[in-house]
Amino acid sequence: MDLTMFFQQLINGLQLGAIYALIALGYTMVYGIIRLINFAHADFLMVGAFAVYFFASFILTLTNAIPPIIIFILGLIVALVAGALIAELSNRLAYKPLRYKPRLSALITAVGVSMFLEYFFASLPFIGPSFRAFPDLIKPVSFVVGGVYLNTIQLLDIGLAIVLMILLTYIVNRTMMGKAMRAVSQDKDAAKLMGIDVERTITFVFLIGGALAGAAGILMAMTYPRIYPNMGILPGLKAFVAAVLGGIGNIPGAMVGGFLLGIAEIYATSFNSLLGEGIAFAILILVLLVRPQGLLGEKQSEKV
Amino acid sequence: MKNLWRNLPTLRFLIYAIALYILLMVLSSGGILNDYIMIIINICLIYVILATSLNLINGITGLFSVGHMGFAAVGAYVAGTFTTLVWKLPNDGSVTTTLLFIGALLLGGIGAAIVGFLIGMPALRMKGDYLAIVTLGFGEIIRTIVNNIDAVGGPRGLLGIPELSSFTIIFVATVVTVLILRYLVYSSHGRAMISVREDATAADLVGINTTKYKVWSFIIGAFFAGIGGGLLAHLIQLAHPTQYGFYASFLVLIVVYIGGVGSITGSILAAFVLTILEKYLLPMVLQWAGLGVEWRMVIYSLLLIIVMIYRPEGLMPREAKFMIPEDH
Repeated sequence: MDLTMFFQQLINGLQLGAIYALIALGYTMVYGIIRLINFAHADFLMVGAFAVYFFASFILTLTNAIPPIIIFILGLIVALVAGALIAELSNRLAYKPLRYKPRLSALITAVGVSMFLEYFFASLPFIGPSFRAFPDLIKPVSFVVGGVYLNTIQLLDIGLAIVLMILLTYIVNRTMMGKAMRAVSQDKDAAKLMGIDVERTITFVFLIGGALAGAAGILMAMTYPRIYPNMGILPGLKAFVAAVLGGIGNIPGAMVGGFLLGIAEIYATSFNSLLGEGIAFAILILVLLVRPQGLLGEKQSEKV
Repeated sequence: MKNLWRNLPTLRFLIYAIALYILLMVLSSGGILNDYIMIIINICLIYVILATSLNLINGITGLFSVGHMGFAAVGAYVAGTFTTLVWKLPNDGSVTTTLLFIGALLLGGIGAAIVGFLIGMPALRMKGDYLAIVTLGFGEIIRTIVNNIDAVGGPRGLLGIPELSSFTIIFVATVVTVLILRYLVYSSHGRAMISVREDATAADLVGINTTKYKVWSFIIGAFFAGIGGGLLAHLIQLAHPTQYGFYASFLVLIVVYIGGVGSITGSILAAFVLTILEKYLLPMVLQWAGLGVEWRMVIYSLLLIIVMIYRPEGLMPREAKFMIPEDH
């Protein structure tokens, strides 16, 4: 592999990693605050993608006068809102009643929510289980920098993901709500005693996580312009591996893990497609054997 | 006499099983139960094997394993390879064929048990959610591997498996599985497994080798899952990678949790209730309501959420009397 190829694959890997990182953030935040592996998280991405699809198709049938970039920005807002709403809805209806029940019940319920969203979307007559072509909101324009091909979609994926991550880091580290989030994830009961509204904080986490999944949804739909009800499953599993790789519950970890996993997958695929398919799970097992707390996670000592 | 009846639950269990067998045989040969219903009953029985063996790992030993169909896949592919590619068994119903088929099933079970051991040794160092993640990843890895081995059909699946799983073989396998698990749970080994679930640290302190019991629970659970997978492959005459993915494993998990985690009776009951609901009742109701069959899984997942919210301990959290062996 020469140097140009190396950088080319690096860009491709960063692009894929940006999407994984956005999804992984939602997993890791929800896990951090209520210790639940939210299996339905990957389906919030699908909901976001479909919301944008219907919104964009609706606008495009009305008029062609609006420039695509405006449609994209509005579509992004639609994706963020749709992802946030579906996440909070599933939290309110399915997870909240089980908050103080055994954790496995909530985990099984999360699987139920995931199955429900997928099959419900596949059963709705105006969606159906088959593939749909996602409209080109932004025409991919390619250009060459030092022998490496870049296109606008790649820059958009990476750029938007980084902007959202900076925004998230600001919220978590600099706002009162972020402080509450960190407090609740450290000790729910102590946070409650300090006057933090725990349920409101959890809602906020689901809203943010869902919005990030929605953003990942529109980015994925633009990168691979086919959408279908099961589109979230595989990226969801891999993003989950990314969250574990970075240290589940750890926000910078999810970002690092997402990018690393994306890059690893692209390089592995360029060697052998089977290797690319399995690398995520190989990394998973390796991480869990060597460093189960993840790259940035802290080792937790066992309490008796 | 009444006392004897009460004091010999194993005898009662066997009498119930034989009565059920005779009833189903009479009904099916009398034409009251058609072939489709018999296939559903066979699938119910295979789900009993899969769910009770998963219950040993999840419910009795308290390890959250979610890749159970990965073990079933090993069993299905190993048994299927032996009957289809190595021995090329005909579907003639002779004694030799049946014996060889049983041998293939056992080989499948042993293969799954070996994989269970290999996965169990490193995975059991993890706790709680991490174990779930490893087993989840393992299920996907198995699926990816069989998807890429061309000798067993790759993405096309292993085709042309002879239909050797008769109702009798499946029924006997189910009864034997349940009987073994039932004795295991109430033996001193089973008590040790329960102590691992209740408090692993305390169990360690009183001298129970918790790692050993965790690994054994994995091996035994995987063995029976392999048998179940082998039976399934020889019932539907196909082993296909998509049958053993993430969702297939969760369907088994759902049976265990809806039935009541830790309760073998619950797993048996839920295997029947859920399979009949999914394959028979829901399609009927949907047809009546004018909706397509694709709504079946929508209602199924909704039911799961509702049961988990309103009855998280499951439908039947306590064992029936005849499931508890003598002297307990």
